Amino acid sequence: MARILPYLLGGISVGGQYALIAIGYTMVYGILRLINFAHGDIFTAAGFFMVYAAASLPIYVSVAVVILLTIFMGVLVERVAYKPLRSAPRMSVMISAIGMSYLLQNVMWYITGGLAKRYPIIPWISNSVTILGYTTKRVTIITPFLTLILVVALVILIQKTKIGMAMRAASRDFETAQLMGIKIDNVISFTFVVGSALAAVGSLLYFSNYATVTPVVGAMPGLKAFVAAVFGGIGSIPGAVLGGFIIGISETLTKGAGLTTFSDAVTFALLIIILVVKPTGLFGEKPTQKV
Amino acid sequence: MLKIENLHVSYGGIRALRGISLEVPDGKIVTLIGANGAGKSTMLRTITGLVKAESGSIRWNDHELLGQPTDRIIGTGIAMCPEGRRVFADLTVLENLKIGAYLRKDRAGIQEDLQSVYDLFPRLKERVWQMAGTLSGGEQQMLTVGRALMSRPQLLLLDEPSLGLAPLVVQDIFSIIKKINKQGTTLLLIEQNANMALRTADLAYVLETGNITMFGTGADLLADEKVKEAYLGKHKN
Repeated sequence: MARILPYLLGGISVGGQYALIAIGYTMVYGILRLINFAHGDIFTAAGFFMVYAAASLPIYVSVAVVILLTIFMGVLVERVAYKPLRSAPRMSVMISAIGMSYLLQNVMWYITGGLAKRYPIIPWISNSVTILGYTTKRVTIITPFLTLILVVALVILIQKTKIGMAMRAASRDFETAQLMGIKIDNVISFTFVVGSALAAVGSLLYFSNYATVTPVVGAMPGLKAFVAAVFGGIGSIPGAVLGGFIIGISETLTKGAGLTTFSDAVTFALLIIILVVKPTGLFGEKPTQKV
Repeated sequence: MLKIENLHVSYGGIRALRGISLEVPDGKIVTLIGANGAGKSTMLRTITGLVKAESGSIRWNDHELLGQPTDRIIGTGIAMCPEGRRVFADLTVLENLKIGAYLRKDRAGIQEDLQSVYDLFPRLKERVWQMAGTLSGGEQQMLTVGRALMSRPQLLLLDEPSLGLAPLVVQDIFSIIKKINKQGTTLLLIEQNANMALRTADLAYVLETGNITMFGTGADLLADEKVKEAYLGKHKN
């Protein structure tokens, strides 16, 4: 037990970070039926925002600036790449999403020159703590709690508020939602606001564990968060959260077993297994038939 | 008063409406009858901005509705019950009703209207916490009507409210339609059930392949030989 504890804690932590990113994938899918391939790059961009913001601003101001810039970027991607294609076939929107992902990656290459940038140390959360005789960064302990608090807040937002009700209505039926007087574009923008804000928080927690950021370093966690969303059942928020934790824990336990080389392979093997056994994922919605 | 003039609409490459003009006077029930594919639904969808028109005009009181986004049109006091009982299946009955009042801010008024919807449909009150998708077809239709009433509309557009419902439920729905009208709401009703529609309506239009071919009071058209033959299934002996 003492030997797997560090891996378990690490897994829960990285799982929480995957969960925060996965929620962005799953919410956008829930409302637009679109896989937002640019979401992982928005996560990476949030890492660079922190690098540049912390260079000239106090660290806690930087955190707020990073979240705001990431939200702005998420909404901008939607406006530029998805909104003009609202009535286009779904395949066109997907291609646009892939294009957006490469565009963001290449812009980041261009701006950084492809060099690794030193990620700033956020005081307190980067400090070491000792728990049950095991020393780790405080961020490891905080992540799962922060994730759960944010998820509970999100669920309340969706279940109890007017905009949440509009989101649930629009995710089922755009036209009828419009007939209620709901502005669909606002609801979609709001979805991107929430998804990007959570990705920004995920990015702050994730990169606190690493010394540097590069333009491609976000690709793998972005992909794993996407796997988590599909694993949990894309469109389902509880599914994305559970999927995030399962992927994170299984990944670090594989590493703990001395099979670090295979840790990514295990993640994708899990995806294949769930898709074969339950194609809609753990909490996936059944495809609804319009009668 | 809703006044539509020379409305042309193409929909999926088909000329669905070819120069329609019609009027819906305040306080009346007006019906639009016609066969499947005559353009009836397109008419309502154009009024609410879900379908874009090519030319013409739709005047509602002092507003020109053509070219306006749907949420703006709904904000002028128009509500629509779409065809096929499109309730929000995974929202509760209460949430479905509340979302009908999405644009309203007067909490007290909303509570009042919730009560009057319950008075109109006691069945919905028993089921406020149920998911709307678990209701029977008739109850779902009542919910879409109740939901539309929650915006306190001056003009209510109904698209085939009797579609796929048992005859007794159809009678219920039509008596409720009359009641809603008596309470002061103007109605534009689209129906394939021409018999019921003409009995209920003050004024009626017949729509055939995108053109208005007949106009009169409900009673006039009910007695008309051509209407009888084409829409009421009664043949001349």
